[in-house]
Amino acid sequence: MSALETQSAPSSQDAAPVRPRWQTIIIRPETMTLILLVLGVFAGGLLSPYFLDINYILKSFTLYAEVAMVALVLTMVIIAGEIDLSPAANMALSACVFAWMQQAGIPIPVAVAIGLASGVLMGAINAFFAIALQLPSIIVTIGTLTLYRGLAQIIAGDKSIRVPEWFIGIDKIMLAGIPLPAVIFIVLAIVLGVVLGGTIFGRQIYQIGTNEIAARHAGIRSARIKLILFLLIGFVAAAAGIMTASRLGSVRYDLALGQELQMVLMAMLGGTYIFGGRGTILGTFLAAWLLVIVSTGMIVANVLPAVQLVVLGGLLIVSIVATNFIYSRAQR
Amino acid sequence: MSMLRSIFLRREAGIAVMIVLFCLAVGSVKPQFLTLDQLRIILLLTPLIMIAAMGQMMVIVARHVDLSIGSTLGVSAMMSGMLYRWDATWLGFDVPWWTGIPVSVATGALLGFFNGILIQLFRLPAIIVTLGTLSLYRGLTFILSNAKQIDRQWIPSELKGLSQTSPILGIPWIIFIAFGIALLTHWFLNHTRVGRQIYAIGSNPVAAPLRGIRVTHVTLMVFTISGALAGLAGILYASRWGFVNPSNTGSGFEFQVIAAVVIGGVSINGGVGTVLGTVLGVLLLGCVAAALPLLGIPGTSQAAIYGSVILIALLIDRTVRQQGIVSLKRSRA
Amino acid sequence: MAESVDTSLIAARGVSKQFAGIEVLSDVDLDLARGEIHALVGENGAGKSTFAKILAGVHRPTRGTISLNGQPVDIPSPVAAQRLGITLIHQEPISFPDLSVAENLVLGRDPGAPLARVRWGEMTRDARRLMDLLGVKIDVTRPMRGLSIADQQMVEIARALASDSRLIIMDEPTAPLTPKETETLFGIARRLRDEGRTIIFISHRLEEVRALCDRVTIFRDGRKIATDTIANLSDADIIRLMIGRPLKEYLHKARTTIGEVALKVENLTLPGVFENISFEVRKGEIVGLGGLVGAGRTDVARALFGVAPAARGKVFVDGKEVAITDPTDAIAQGLAFVPEDRAVAGLFRTLSVEQNITAAIPRHIAPGGFIQRARERAFGNDSVRKLRIRLASLRQPIGELSGGNQQKAILARWLLTDPSVLILDEPTRGIDIGVKAEFYDMIGELAASGRAILLISSELPELLALCDRVLVMSEGRLTANLPREEATQESIMQAAVPQTRGVAA
Repeated sequence: MSALETQSAPSSQDAAPVRPRWQTIIIRPETMTLILLVLGVFAGGLLSPYFLDINYILKSFTLYAEVAMVALVLTMVIIAGEIDLSPAANMALSACVFAWMQQAGIPIPVAVAIGLASGVLMGAINAFFAIALQLPSIIVTIGTLTLYRGLAQIIAGDKSIRVPEWFIGIDKIMLAGIPLPAVIFIVLAIVLGVVLGGTIFGRQIYQIGTNEIAARHAGIRSARIKLILFLLIGFVAAAAGIMTASRLGSVRYDLALGQELQMVLMAMLGGTYIFGGRGTILGTFLAAWLLVIVSTGMIVANVLPAVQLVVLGGLLIVSIVATNFIYSRAQR
Repeated sequence: MSMLRSIFLRREAGIAVMIVLFCLAVGSVKPQFLTLDQLRIILLLTPLIMIAAMGQMMVIVARHVDLSIGSTLGVSAMMSGMLYRWDATWLGFDVPWWTGIPVSVATGALLGFFNGILIQLFRLPAIIVTLGTLSLYRGLTFILSNAKQIDRQWIPSELKGLSQTSPILGIPWIIFIAFGIALLTHWFLNHTRVGRQIYAIGSNPVAAPLRGIRVTHVTLMVFTISGALAGLAGILYASRWGFVNPSNTGSGFEFQVIAAVVIGGVSINGGVGTVLGTVLGVLLLGCVAAALPLLGIPGTSQAAIYGSVILIALLIDRTVRQQGIVSLKRSRA
Repeated sequence: MAESVDTSLIAARGVSKQFAGIEVLSDVDLDLARGEIHALVGENGAGKSTFAKILAGVHRPTRGTISLNGQPVDIPSPVAAQRLGITLIHQEPISFPDLSVAENLVLGRDPGAPLARVRWGEMTRDARRLMDLLGVKIDVTRPMRGLSIADQQMVEIARALASDSRLIIMDEPTAPLTPKETETLFGIARRLRDEGRTIIFISHRLEEVRALCDRVTIFRDGRKIATDTIANLSDADIIRLMIGRPLKEYLHKARTTIGEVALKVENLTLPGVFENISFEVRKGEIVGLGGLVGAGRTDVARALFGVAPAARGKVFVDGKEVAITDPTDAIAQGLAFVPEDRAVAGLFRTLSVEQNITAAIPRHIAPGGFIQRARERAFGNDSVRKLRIRLASLRQPIGELSGGNQQKAILARWLLTDPSVLILDEPTRGIDIGVKAEFYDMIGELAASGRAILLISSELPELLALCDRVLVMSEGRLTANLPREEATQESIMQAAVPQTRGVAA
């Protein structure tokens, strides 16, 4: 205890000199993401002229929009000091529930509602184990991701469940020339960005993630906030799953299989600190675009899916090394 | 005999009781579950998980986790598989049937070592690193094999024989190998200095270096062993199933292994866990897996079962340990 | 030089240490004799702990030499120190909770082959022998988890003996101990000294220093000020050398009007922790809560504040009975709690000072849910001014402030909630004497403004200086309720000491 104080400001009363404002704004992980994004667009442009066509990029984005949406909420969960690896399985299960219901004759709006509700329920289960029972959320969500994926397998078996014609093609709908999934993503990013950055709810998420014990002592309702976050990500994941159903035209149990990696990757590339207390929606937003550029670039360059996996895995590792490095330098 | 000691004893006994109860329950509906033949089937389901669980147990006791063992298994199996397939082309002669074993183990060890480097030298959380290498290694499997499966004909029959022939009691070699590894692990963790140091690191990572424990060395070793054992499981996969497939081999394996280890009483916070408990955990999972087809539950639900099993094990873990569980992140920070 | 080679075990010359360009230890020359108990005293940050840590291999000196038995030595790590026969016993002993006592004694002691066999039988026998030697009854096969702090210290001492340490450094060992345990510790220390070993005893408690030690060295501002036999220095001398100026006598506190009962506690009970705690605090009153560490005082505070609620009992705020299950309830009822360990339960280290100060008043800075930065800044500036917090900017992370200013910021946080009852748990711990005085003034002012204050403190002078009444807890029970006139160091200590045993001489 006293050693720590000795190191930061030993005998004098004064604090360490503050870093200039511009430094705190510029030297952050989000800047790294932005730079990588710009570089990525350049590199992509070299690979193929399509890259510099904004419409092409937007269209490519629709393939990842659902995962990106969830990644935004996942960022908030990680900032609060927890983690959720189950949203991809959630997407699949909610989509399966939805598809199965509508196939059994239930009207689409009701089926959608039930699908969304099941997503919230899955979030509630995660919340129960992680908050009420105080188990580490990483292990809990590894367990639930297996469970949910398994349940999806039980519902759908090995088959695809088709959805009605008129429901298909959400990615074809354009709003001011931008595909609807991208619009939804952007709107969600703006809303969550405002909430996280400007509301007291968002501020308290940072406080809980920084020091949960201190937050409790300050009268912050950490259990309630975490519960809301788990429910929210459950809801958004379910919505994303149903959107995917519309985009693909059918639902299989392996929907979004393995995509928990991409969600975490987007959050990490965006500068979210894995131990909680730091990260921004802006960072994840930029990282989502970055990932789209990288993935699309690899496809255009005819890179094998297997190699793409390697690249993604490698990117994840590099991004946490870099984020850790930046944060540990900023601290003293 | 202190109170805590008796709780631990109760834990292993508890699992044993659960196994007995479960088997009796299933046996009452399907009497054929309680035959010696069935025992053989159960045991045959377990050796790969048992071997990998020994490695994973050490990793978790040291307060880390290794999510990449499934992919490691895949790469290692694929390396050996490709050696068997192309040995004539590459080397000009057929390698002896057992060559795959050292190749597989060495590959696994290398991959595990790489994990260890990233985690220990860069001080990164094991969970995220191994999530990354899970993909990395799986991708590697595809690249190495050019996305092609290694078919039955290329796997040496002696190797396959390990899973079929038996020295005694009709129990195949592969099961003896698995239990042999378990015994070896028990000796290692309980009777060697470095084995005890693994428990120390998990129990108090901050104090470990102050007590002269070379944390970097031990951690690297732990991950290397975990990888090596996953590699061993890889070659035994080829033995057991007779083929190696880039997308399926080892896919989802890590969750089964973690489930077994957690059920077996190894604490997520490190420092606690026994080989006996882990073995029992593996056996329990084996019983569950064997019971499913008998009870008519489709194989597709296996994943769901494993998931629920992990959650139940965590619940038990929570209620048995009265003291508050420090979350993973708090213990790291 | 010839005499020091003869008798001194350790000779330090010109030892200095810098951290991040700031010199915390300057040119310390010190000789430690064989077979003595040597006290190191000084304020927090004076350098005594740093010096001890250098001897123990935790830090390397930036300059200077250390000689052991006349030979210059380098102590690069704690393990190296242990091999040289130097052991440091931490205030909060570090151990491996899941391993047995016997294993904890052995671990890391002799470097051997990694695959060497663990000799369980021999280990257990040796461990039992050591415990018997110390006269301590601990089952060596049980896990360390759950052992009392006193027992954990004993295990650490046993470790030191097992490696035949010549120099044993004890850093504030008695803070968590009962007098009986302290006396046991002292007895062992004396025996070790008589065997020819050297003990360094770091402590703030001058009574203990006087009771135990042969010589004392005073540190101030990173320098060694004086070394002398304890008999030659009076307490006043020592204090004067420690702070460099005579301690301002804290006179009778300003008279404040004491109003009605703001907080009334009736038979508060949490089985196993505290029992039947009943007391009152009035507006304008400062009620002290004294006692030894472990008596249950912080637990009572946490129960009142809803962090770890009591099982039974009633609490009345301003005459109205309240049920507090959560800190949010407590704040709503007008309670505030400044916790003991600000690093663990108070600070958001990486967040700005501003955010830390306004953490408990979300509704004031964000009435509609959205944060109004101007309001937040105003609150921040106001607090900085009122409490004289020294910082470079409100925007900087609070971790960059010194300990005293961090504590002021936490206090500011709670003052912003305008509490009617303020519970302070060891508010001046780890704070230098100059800032302490500022805090005493502030606490006095808070009382004068009509708030009810419950002051938990282990520092007797603090309790005596500030409080209108002093409650004392011992082993979970309230053992005394002393008005200011009756409160003395002796009466408080007497009530603080566990009943079944008397105060050991």
